[in-house]
Amino acid sequence: MIRVLISLTWLLASVSVAASQDVQSILQTHAEEVAKPSRKSVSVVLDDLVASGLPQAPEFLEQWAERNVWRNNATGLFVIVTEEGDDLTFRDIDSGETGTASEDGFTQLRPNGGVRRVIGTALVQFQLSDPDPARRQSALDSIARRGEASQLEPLVASLAGEDDPALRARKEQLITFLTARFGEDTDARVAAIESLSADTSVEARAVLSQILSANAGVATDTPEGNIARILDPMEDPTASYGQLVDAGLAPPIVPVGAVRSALEANIVDGRVGGVPLAQLGDQDMRNMAYGALAADGTVPPLVTQDDITVALENAVFFERYSEEDTTVTDAARATLDAIETRVGLEQTFDLALDGLSLASIYFLAAIGLAITFGQMGVINMAHGEFIMMGAYTGYVVQLFVPDYTVSLLVALPLAFAVTFGAGVAMERLVIRHLYHRPLETLLATFGISIALQQIAKNIFGTQARPLTSPDWLGGALVISDNIQISYIRIAIFVFALLFLCLLLFILNRTRLGLEVRAVNQNPGMAASMGINPDRINMMTFGLGSGIAGVAGVGIGLYAQVTSEMGANYIVQSFMTVVVGGVGSVFGTLAGAGLIGFLQKGIEWLNPSNTLAAQTYMILFIILFIQFRPKGIVAPKGRAAAD
Amino acid sequence: MTKEHTPRTSFVARNPSVLYLLMALGLFTAVVAVLSEATGVGLISTSFVKTLGKTLCLCLIAIAMDVVWGYCGILSLGHFAFFGIGGYAIGMWLMYARTEIIVAESLAGQVIPPTPQEISDAIGNQIFGVVGSSEFPLIWAFADSLFIQLAFVVLVPGLLALIFGWLAFRSRVTGVYLSILTQAMTLALSLYLFQNDSGLRGNNGLSGLQNVPGLADSGQDVVSLAFFLASALALALGYLLFAWITDSKLGNIIQAIRDDESRVRFLGYHVESYKLFVFTITAIVAGIAGALYYPQAGIINPAEIAPIASIYLAVWVAIGGRGRLYGAVIGAALVSLLSSWFTGGGAPSINLGFYTIQWVDWWLVLLGGTFVLVTLFAPKGIGGLFDKLVRKS
Amino acid sequence: MKLVTKYTLGAAAAALIAGSVSAQDCADPIKVGVLHSLSGTMAISETTLKDTMELLIAQQNAAGGLLGCEIEAVVVDPASDWPLFAEKARELLTVSEVDVIFGSWTSVSRKSALPVLEELNGLMFYPVQYEGEESSKNVFYTGAAPNQQAIPATDYFLEELGVEKFALLGTDYVYPRTTNNILEQYLIDAGIPEENIFVNYTPFGHSDWSTIVADVVELGADGSQVGVISTINGDANIGFYKELAAAGISADDIPVVAFSVGEEELSGLDTSNLVGHLAAWNYFQSADTEANAEWVAAWKEAMGEERVTNDPMEAHYIGFNMWVNAVTDAGTTDVDAVREAMYGQEFPNLTGGTAVMLPNHHLAKPVLIGEITADGQFDIISQTEEVPGDAWTDFLPESAVLVSDWKDLGCGMYNTETKTCVQLTSNY
Repeated sequence: MIRVLISLTWLLASVSVAASQDVQSILQTHAEEVAKPSRKSVSVVLDDLVASGLPQAPEFLEQWAERNVWRNNATGLFVIVTEEGDDLTFRDIDSGETGTASEDGFTQLRPNGGVRRVIGTALVQFQLSDPDPARRQSALDSIARRGEASQLEPLVASLAGEDDPALRARKEQLITFLTARFGEDTDARVAAIESLSADTSVEARAVLSQILSANAGVATDTPEGNIARILDPMEDPTASYGQLVDAGLAPPIVPVGAVRSALEANIVDGRVGGVPLAQLGDQDMRNMAYGALAADGTVPPLVTQDDITVALENAVFFERYSEEDTTVTDAARATLDAIETRVGLEQTFDLALDGLSLASIYFLAAIGLAITFGQMGVINMAHGEFIMMGAYTGYVVQLFVPDYTVSLLVALPLAFAVTFGAGVAMERLVIRHLYHRPLETLLATFGISIALQQIAKNIFGTQARPLTSPDWLGGALVISDNIQISYIRIAIFVFALLFLCLLLFILNRTRLGLEVRAVNQNPGMAASMGINPDRINMMTFGLGSGIAGVAGVGIGLYAQVTSEMGANYIVQSFMTVVVGGVGSVFGTLAGAGLIGFLQKGIEWLNPSNTLAAQTYMILFIILFIQFRPKGIVAPKGRAAAD
Repeated sequence: MTKEHTPRTSFVARNPSVLYLLMALGLFTAVVAVLSEATGVGLISTSFVKTLGKTLCLCLIAIAMDVVWGYCGILSLGHFAFFGIGGYAIGMWLMYARTEIIVAESLAGQVIPPTPQEISDAIGNQIFGVVGSSEFPLIWAFADSLFIQLAFVVLVPGLLALIFGWLAFRSRVTGVYLSILTQAMTLALSLYLFQNDSGLRGNNGLSGLQNVPGLADSGQDVVSLAFFLASALALALGYLLFAWITDSKLGNIIQAIRDDESRVRFLGYHVESYKLFVFTITAIVAGIAGALYYPQAGIINPAEIAPIASIYLAVWVAIGGRGRLYGAVIGAALVSLLSSWFTGGGAPSINLGFYTIQWVDWWLVLLGGTFVLVTLFAPKGIGGLFDKLVRKS
Repeated sequence: MKLVTKYTLGAAAAALIAGSVSAQDCADPIKVGVLHSLSGTMAISETTLKDTMELLIAQQNAAGGLLGCEIEAVVVDPASDWPLFAEKARELLTVSEVDVIFGSWTSVSRKSALPVLEELNGLMFYPVQYEGEESSKNVFYTGAAPNQQAIPATDYFLEELGVEKFALLGTDYVYPRTTNNILEQYLIDAGIPEENIFVNYTPFGHSDWSTIVADVVELGADGSQVGVISTINGDANIGFYKELAAAGISADDIPVVAFSVGEEELSGLDTSNLVGHLAAWNYFQSADTEANAEWVAAWKEAMGEERVTNDPMEAHYIGFNMWVNAVTDAGTTDVDAVREAMYGQEFPNLTGGTAVMLPNHHLAKPVLIGEITADGQFDIISQTEEVPGDAWTDFLPESAVLVSDWKDLGCGMYNTETKTCVQLTSNY
């Protein structure tokens, strides 16, 4: 009661105060709400500030949202503050007088995201015609996030003075949205709704869905109002019956636990309802005993399955639009249905893009293997660690070269050089001795893999390291709200394409490629033709490793750089190569494509469990290899001889 | 098998190493048993008895791996999956039976006797409550029966190996392809088990397995000694079985397949059947080893089955020496014990002045390096060195 | 590595100061076991806690030790291998004969060590936020239970941000699963229809987030305010936040609150695009108190300027100090006596206020919500009063009837409906 009184006096005071006084006094009236704002309580402050019409109010609101308002602990006054180290330069909200002080006596106000959003909405009317386009933009963002009926009029009014074409288009769009939802006149609303039929954006669909928002209800006979649809209670009898119970139209089901406690409460001489206790370890006996109790009226009767069916059959379950005008809801429904079809198409396309992107990542990770495994038949379990080395090279370069674009340009060739060197060293020191023992290369390279992984851990620590992409690779290519792909993924795709072309060129058009193929097909014959197989093997292995290093930079840009990142790709990469067909670049491409799209497809079928998708993917690969043991593109040459 | 055709000396005479190894194993077991806490001497702590018992199980799967890889030439990167399945099969019973006892005790005090449904709900809630469910998945249908779960220890790995092997060998998937395929199988299994919906408690796995129902009164010192003895017995029997198999004519064919598969096929042998037999029997032994291992470890979880574990298995066998059963035993025992010594902080750090080598950080580097060196320069592993010594003397 | 040397010097200095202490005869030297992975996948998080424990012990020794004895840390490495947690715990308790263990990070490692702790009547302090549904006689849980992190954060979403549709994204393991189960029930109770809750689980280290982020954006197609509650663990967060930033999703459009992202995790990220997204913890390094300033300074001095502090470190800080006080009160390190002395132990939080050890072995701690800032720290925008940790959640029907009270009821799993103790050991 007292609270109501206080708030009443506040209200009265604020109305009278607002007309005559300044921002500070309004704030002091609601000091608690200003100092510790909450989305739900802050509106009283905002309403008063806006109602006051004071010119300082909008500026204060902006500064408040930006966390530049501090409170003097001693006087309780609010000031606008610019921080410089530990010192504060403060400015009086109303008079604009400035001064400096140490931080100690002041507390910064930190309105949370929810409050900032409400402040943004309050600011809309001031900002719509502001000379600063950024402010107009933020006003429009506010409207887009939280459209209100009251915003329609000022928005329409501001349209005439808008000279920025982008903002003007946005304003027109938002006017359509607001008209569709809040317009006075049915024809105008229907027209606005129908004009959205080609708009697949989330915002447009949100507008239509909000018009179509409906509440579920239950009644004994045909309900009144704008009914969306009548539901069949048998689709989910339990839930429907629950709805009936909530509506007070049916008795609640007695849960098993309640039966038990009811029995416990009614034990008479070691019997319940005439049934001896010892026999109650059986649900049927319990129900019988409970039935006896219910017959006496001690407990509410059990609701049987038949009762439920009867109750459900005698009730009408429906959804009712909150919008009463049928013309509007019909138009919105028709428009939304039309949009949904397009959205479906767009989403399929987006999924295909994701699949393509995943495929290109797999391809990039596997392409180095396709060379070492495919051309040379060498199982390199340390391939993943070469990817990791490439990524860490990128990280180290960024430590020294702060400009991300330059560092990327340096990192790519450097990563290639580093891993090329590592690959050559590994080939010379280890693999060379094991060409005739392929299974043992697997083991030896595994040894190298665990050693490299641990060394990386010892040097860089176990924490993930940042590899940041340049700004021009940030963001996403937005074709529509439903079709977007981040630039970094496009870059990886382009990267993968480049590598594909480069590799094809090297293998098919250069002397090195010719020699590689020759050694692959018949090392002895190649040697007798004057080709040095040792050198070729070394170069091939270096090339494969170098490419892994460059792939590492790409992968590190879009995901995490850790010492274990290589291990995450190694099994996938081998499977990509094997599924595609060893020894063929196109095979690897096909393998990566198959695996990428398949994984996305399975994820789409079961969106809530990505892990399951991966499991089924691998099972598919196992089966696939059973039926095409040599992969999609069957190999020729040395690899085929195994 | 064909003793009447070729006059041969006795099995033991042909394989003196079997006798030596079994004698060494017997002696070792006896010493550990006497010195353990269970007998009151307590020179060997219970935790070390568990470590030794687990090591024996690892030796058992290592000889299985040796038979399939060292003798038959199939580099399976999936045998740890069978090991894990064995562990899960026995773990299900251990968890179920233990929980059943707890639930029975907690429900015993109630006035109204519990219904079977209530008991089952309470057990389900206890076991699956931690993973946010209380329903019993279908695969737990027989978890209440020790006998059936024991049968599963043998049957599930066996059947899985049979089906997988049949598919793979029939399509003539060989060499590295087969290795990658088995690795894919392991990965698929561990990813599947990682899911909470798998019904085997996802990442948490099955835990508290060291508490054997019915043996709650005899402490862990006795239980762990019992498992140690059982592991030693299993290793001895497994060793005998594999020594006998590799010594027989069957063993000769298997080794011939390793050396040149095509020739054996052209000689009229059905190579696939032999490979399938070896693959399956070793999978079964791996399952048994797992069923003995995990009650000593106390917990089984999908990470145990991750592909890396199977690769380590190959590493042990390679370091110990392929194609010799005792090599596998030596490799598994040595590497796994050394590994726990190094990572346990047992090895002293080496101060180089500018840098201190802490073995926790550098052990894997050392292991990886050693492994490369062994592969390069001592392809016969430690067992090979052994052979040289024996031949010289 | 070099930092370690620096720190060892500090410890040596501390040992010198404490020289007078160690000179006395200590019939039974006080040993503290540290059971944190120093290698393997969890080393990333747990090594920091080992360092924390060593720092705390050095500080305590410098301050005069405990019961007139010097405290000795026994550090072992369970190597992120869950069975090893059981093995090493047994070794610590029987071979090294430690008086208390501070350790574990993942739930599965705790569940692995539990049977051993209960069998040998050991004592362990577990410092990480977890899914609850457990209360062992032998473990004190100094991290947050779901009602000390997840529920307040969800309330914040509902009350302050007005979120109407929830995406619960998590890594597929027990903590996210159980937490999301609890949250789903909680949201349904709060009137959010079931179809407005989208749940997704991804594997550890997942990196391909584009489809999931698109799914989340799509949730907003009916005009509801969408919010993401993330229980994504470890490295996978990096890819997730990178994808969020690339898709241009600001905290104003779709706020994300994370339960497993702290100062350490952010150090692997460029946070400029993530400003405004949220995390809920019981501690942030940016907490503005004197105790925290001292602690952060001590930590940076020992470990290096670029190192950050985080929530589980504070949990160990509180846990260790409480244990020290409990031992002092009991006059012995005997586990049962210390346990009795632990109940009601109070110690000031680093974030202000006082943590209290409850009879259910959980702490009462304040819940903080922070917004990510551009420098990889958190701006604390909400801090509650101390919330008592609840071992058994009230939001799942099976556990709503359970309570834990080791002091009066002497039971960690007491069914209030049937008035019986379900079991004295814990459900591992």
